[in-house]
Amino acid sequence: MNPATTFVMAAQAILRHKLRAALTALGVVIGVASVIGMVHIGQSAKESVRSQISSLGDNLLMVRPGAGPRGPGGARANAAPFELEDSAAIAAQVDGLTVAPVVNHGALVVWGNVNWPTAVTGTTVEFFEVRQWKLERGRLFEEQEVRSAAPVCVLGATVYNKLFGGGRESIGDTIRVGNVSCQVIGVLTSKQSSMGSDPDDVVVMPLRTVQRRLSGSTDVGMLYLTAPSHQPTASVKKQIEEILRERRRIKPGDDDDFSVMSMDEIAQRVEGTTDTMTALLGSIAAVSLLVGGIGIMNIMLVSVTERTREIGIRMAIGARGREVLTQFLMESIILSTLGGIIGIGLGLGGFAIAADSLGMPFVLIPEIVVFAFFFSAVVGVVFGYVPARKAARLDPMEALRHE
Amino acid sequence: MPAKTPLLTTIDLHKVYGSGDTAVHALRGVNLTLFEGEFVAVMGASGSGKSTFMSLLGALDRPSRGECWLLGIDIARLTRDQRALFRRHYLGFVFQSFNLLSRMTALENVELPLIYRGESRRVRREKAAMTLDLVGLGDRLGHTPAQLSGGQQQRVAIARALVTEPDLILADEPTGNLDSARSAEVMELLVKLQHHRKLSIVMVTHERDMAAYTHRVIWFSDGVVERDGPAAEVLK
Repeated sequence: MNPATTFVMAAQAILRHKLRAALTALGVVIGVASVIGMVHIGQSAKESVRSQISSLGDNLLMVRPGAGPRGPGGARANAAPFELEDSAAIAAQVDGLTVAPVVNHGALVVWGNVNWPTAVTGTTVEFFEVRQWKLERGRLFEEQEVRSAAPVCVLGATVYNKLFGGGRESIGDTIRVGNVSCQVIGVLTSKQSSMGSDPDDVVVMPLRTVQRRLSGSTDVGMLYLTAPSHQPTASVKKQIEEILRERRRIKPGDDDDFSVMSMDEIAQRVEGTTDTMTALLGSIAAVSLLVGGIGIMNIMLVSVTERTREIGIRMAIGARGREVLTQFLMESIILSTLGGIIGIGLGLGGFAIAADSLGMPFVLIPEIVVFAFFFSAVVGVVFGYVPARKAARLDPMEALRHE
Repeated sequence: MPAKTPLLTTIDLHKVYGSGDTAVHALRGVNLTLFEGEFVAVMGASGSGKSTFMSLLGALDRPSRGECWLLGIDIARLTRDQRALFRRHYLGFVFQSFNLLSRMTALENVELPLIYRGESRRVRREKAAMTLDLVGLGDRLGHTPAQLSGGQQQRVAIARALVTEPDLILADEPTGNLDSARSAEVMELLVKLQHHRKLSIVMVTHERDMAAYTHRVIWFSDGVVERDGPAAEVLK
């Protein structure tokens, strides 16, 4: 009997029980759809993180006090903050480096009867260049304003929208940031959202203004730096570490009490996390595929028992064991691959909807689609084999007598 | 009677079910020769071994001892797969309970043996339709068994047995589930086909009326052949 005939015969047998076939395949549909959906969402999240990070600039470095995520939990709390002189020293000693010291401070901003809690970033002029933050209108503050701790501020798009409702001209108006009255001199362009946090929910002010009037200390929270593009970030990182170790009087052999991270490293870390998440979600989804396979086995076993007499008839008219086996195996393979195909469609459809509503890129991974298809076929073979073998081993005489 | 060519020869055929104390001796040494073109009735009380004899003849089971030569092959020595192939190519079956596949049409049921013989779809359709026409069901090709009467179902089953042009047709109480009028119809059909096509048919029955349609009656008792001869004689 040729494969095409076997296929037609199996397909006909399936079509005789459409509802049952649909319910049987449903398990595989759900399994494959969740595998496809999960893996695609994971990869898409990774993709969007990668593009966000690279949009920050590949040569961006971040310096924070504390040993960073690698060290023990308390390290950061104990580590001394930076000072403005640290920033100046790095800028002076490393060629071509742009350094922006930053202090972050939470504050309530008030205009008229509207108020909005946000994050205030105190920094220098270099900050806008380092972070590549662009101005929508108005102007940025100047060197002289940083030195004199001028009460001026540049609003992120979100803050601007919250205070001024989006349409109203605001340049030159005076708002209150915490206890400080300050003049709005510019509004920033809206930036791509990054993983749940809103980068536009920010007020940027001169560093000294924040230090003197809001935080009340000369501490610098962290440093943003851009390495010259011709120089590898690794070597720049090393130079910075040496300068800071010396300035912070860390004995040779002792661990750093600060961390310098390049965007590469951050990207790697985030990608590592999303990979782990993808693997986790994917394997949970794979379990449901397994359950789907067991569903097929269950129904096929019922089917074999129910069709014992049919098997007897087929054997009496000359079907060999292997032909009965291939017929039932074919049925389970058809069911599972059909479930696989529908599941791939559903999974991709669900992913498209999710990607659209979460603002993630629609990244199709052909490998995983092909893999899911073949895997569903394998599920059919594996879970169809036991029932099919049971059918093939029936004794024709007993099968014929079966009621 | 035309010149006799032996079709089947059994030599000391034994069949034992189970083992030890619970062993049942269904056949205790059957020696028989059947000839081509014979229409034979196998009779006997229930438990006499006639059904066991048929299952051995039908290559559905193997004897415990002895030889069973059919078409020059000792089917007692065949493996499971070889027996399946033997049934496929040389035998046709008609059962008491018709044994049609209920979800298939009459045509599809008759096509089934041809599928296993690897016939193309076109040939299958042609032969099956032709055979159904032969048994008088040319206008019922698309009916499922449920849409057919018992007599019609049995005629579909006969067409299924006939469609491969087998060397031997085995009929196991083919009229057992039919009323007397339908039984007579089926028997007349078998007689007609047997006569026109020179078929060899072995039929198990416990009804003398049915056995009377045949040429020769073999009477089983306690696992051995008790009587064997022309129908008119044995049934007297």
